[in-house]
Amino acid sequence: MIDHAGNAAAFNRDKSFAEWHNETLWHVRHKRDMARNGVVDWELLREKASAIKEHTLANLHDYLLEFEKNALRNGWVIHWASGSDLHNRIILDILSEENINEVVKSKSMLTEECGLNVFLEKRGIRIIDTDLGERIVQLAETPPSHIVLPAIHMKKKEIGELFHKHLHSAPGSEDPEYLTRVARENLRIHLKNAKAAISGVNFGLADSGAIVVCTNEGNADMGIHHADIYIASMGIEKLIPGKTELPVFLELLARSATGQPITAYTSHLIKPPPGKTYHIILVDNGRADILSGNKYGEVLKCIRCGACINTCPVYRRSGGYSYGFTIPGPIGSVLAPLKNMKKYHALPFASTLCGSCSDVCPVKIDLHEILFKLRYDAVDAGSLSMAKRLMLFILDQVLYRKSLYSILGFFGTRLLKYLPSFMVYHRFNGWGKSRDFPGIPDQSFKKWYKEEIKRG
Amino acid sequence: MSRDRIRVGLFIPCYIDQFYPQVGKAVYRFLKKLNLDLEYPMDQTCCGQPLANSGMRKESEKYAVKFWKLFSGFDYVVCPSASCVLHVREHFPDLPEDGMEGSFRGKTLEFVEFIHDILRLEKIEASFPHKVALIHGCHGLRGLRLESSSELNVSYFSKNMELLRQVRGIRMVTYDREDECCGFGGSFSVFEETVSVRMGLDKLKSLTACGAEYVTGNDMSCLMHLEGLSHRQHLGLKFIHIAEILNGAV
Ligand code: SF4
Repeated sequence: MIDHAGNAAAFNRDKSFAEWHNETLWHVRHKRDMARNGVVDWELLREKASAIKEHTLANLHDYLLEFEKNALRNGWVIHWASGSDLHNRIILDILSEENINEVVKSKSMLTEECGLNVFLEKRGIRIIDTDLGERIVQLAETPPSHIVLPAIHMKKKEIGELFHKHLHSAPGSEDPEYLTRVARENLRIHLKNAKAAISGVNFGLADSGAIVVCTNEGNADMGIHHADIYIASMGIEKLIPGKTELPVFLELLARSATGQPITAYTSHLIKPPPGKTYHIILVDNGRADILSGNKYGEVLKCIRCGACINTCPVYRRSGGYSYGFTIPGPIGSVLAPLKNMKKYHALPFASTLCGSCSDVCPVKIDLHEILFKLRYDAVDAGSLSMAKRLMLFILDQVLYRKSLYSILGFFGTRLLKYLPSFMVYHRFNGWGKSRDFPGIPDQSFKKWYKEEIKRG
Repeated sequence: MSRDRIRVGLFIPCYIDQFYPQVGKAVYRFLKKLNLDLEYPMDQTCCGQPLANSGMRKESEKYAVKFWKLFSGFDYVVCPSASCVLHVREHFPDLPEDGMEGSFRGKTLEFVEFIHDILRLEKIEASFPHKVALIHGCHGLRGLRLESSSELNVSYFSKNMELLRQVRGIRMVTYDREDECCGFGGSFSVFEETVSVRMGLDKLKSLTACGAEYVTGNDMSCLMHLEGLSHRQHLGLKFIHIAEILNGAV
């Protein structure tokens, strides 16, 4: 069971780092605002993007078949995976058949979701993450803490030490430029010798049977072009009708993610060049269930830009790991309990429901509203702790019954007035640890009103 | 409809009733001056939001029934808390008793919303010669859209500022990251204490840096959280509900 509040408290123990984390990610949000300012029709684009995704999801069955038909015609090998196990098996089979024992990979949250790295390593296949951030967390043997900025939780010093240990960079060096060069030189060797490459997919185009991959470092392309075998892992929700709709998303994606007008590379992979084999694995892994549940299907509109994460005031002050799920922040807090309510029931409560996520989301997912509804689901599933339930039960009794309410008042106001302060501000009191209670007035409004009416 | 024919039911949220009666009084007096047919149903307690936001659907629904019984006869229900109004409008269950479902939600309004949108007051008679910072409670900002939020690419608007600007002598000050949440969040403030406090302290840092004497807003709950933190830290900031300023309190 994930204890977000506890994890958040731990994260805040290193105060200066917690502050840095908050500021740095706010800066990304700020850059996003600047980039958005340059697009007059931003809100219209969001409407459009949302509508396109809704339409595609409503007709997903047909679009998937159209995509498959066109991709087959282009020469892709198509695989269907109902779950993560099958997804991983398919990749293992492809690699084993060709006796490949090292594969390069470029950013794919889906392979992260499926636990591909561990799966392949266990079976003697080395997997090299080739995006800088991904590479850093891979060397540190930790999962990414953010879907766009995977190593944002690490300090320069830690990265320097890590690179010194694994890539033989100069001891004590923390210079980002130098460290990047070291990583690049090392990655080049892997990329050039790659026999097989794996990447995620940003968009699948049903009308052309092609995929689009958006990256900034170009390592996905380098891997794909050097390798004889390319495997694209694609969640079934990545589909859009086709080329005509693509620009709407390209306008929104990079601006929302990092504040860039567009990613440095927008690669259209249409058909395998002669002599090469291209695979697409279409993965369900719970998506169809979310869609057919009819309640939260809109979460599948997500294009994984990370904007909701960067803007989230709770995420910025609790760090990606506090969520204990592959995807942090509001979108993670929605996806995780849909996967496993028992384990992740605390996440919908790790929010003030401020709504910034919903307003920032380029495909207009009503994130905070879903978080609210998931709280109902969490309680219905009996996930709330005894202590919390008891507290809320008492609150309910006091608030609902007029008589009790008048005697005790909200939170026992009357009581509060006469209790010595050491009893009010003890360590079990979540409110009073850092906050004072308001001064207690002589008279409630209700009482005043009664007298006011009498006075006439 | 002339004003004295408009029947207004006053909903004063539980925590305002108990901790901040002066806010209720300000709203009452302000509306009274306008000759509205005003009534405060005595049997009211709470709208159930604290429970709903904590996931207690079943428990919270009975509050809606009670609310409906007390307020269905009014033309409008006015309440000085954006958060409670949002709960009524968006999270009340569909009630079987409620023959005019939808319309009932629509007639429950936040105080500023009511005087700005419905009464369309041209002039505010009040004086408040102080430096004031406005906090943008999230439920008023992104829920009721009392103001434009910084995430959206829309033209700036603020119903709060339109009214506050008319107050004599007032000097509104701006500050950093104005519409980032203050961290209250209802039961979040207790169950996620660390992050809630962190958010509140960050907000206070901006508020003290901008030189404000007073901090105001549409939600006393956010102000209560900030006031509690500020008081503990001896920051000397004063907190006041927007209705108190508009009613002319000095
Ligand atoms: S939910 Fe919206 S904002 Fe968040 S990652 Fe997905 S598309 Fe981006």
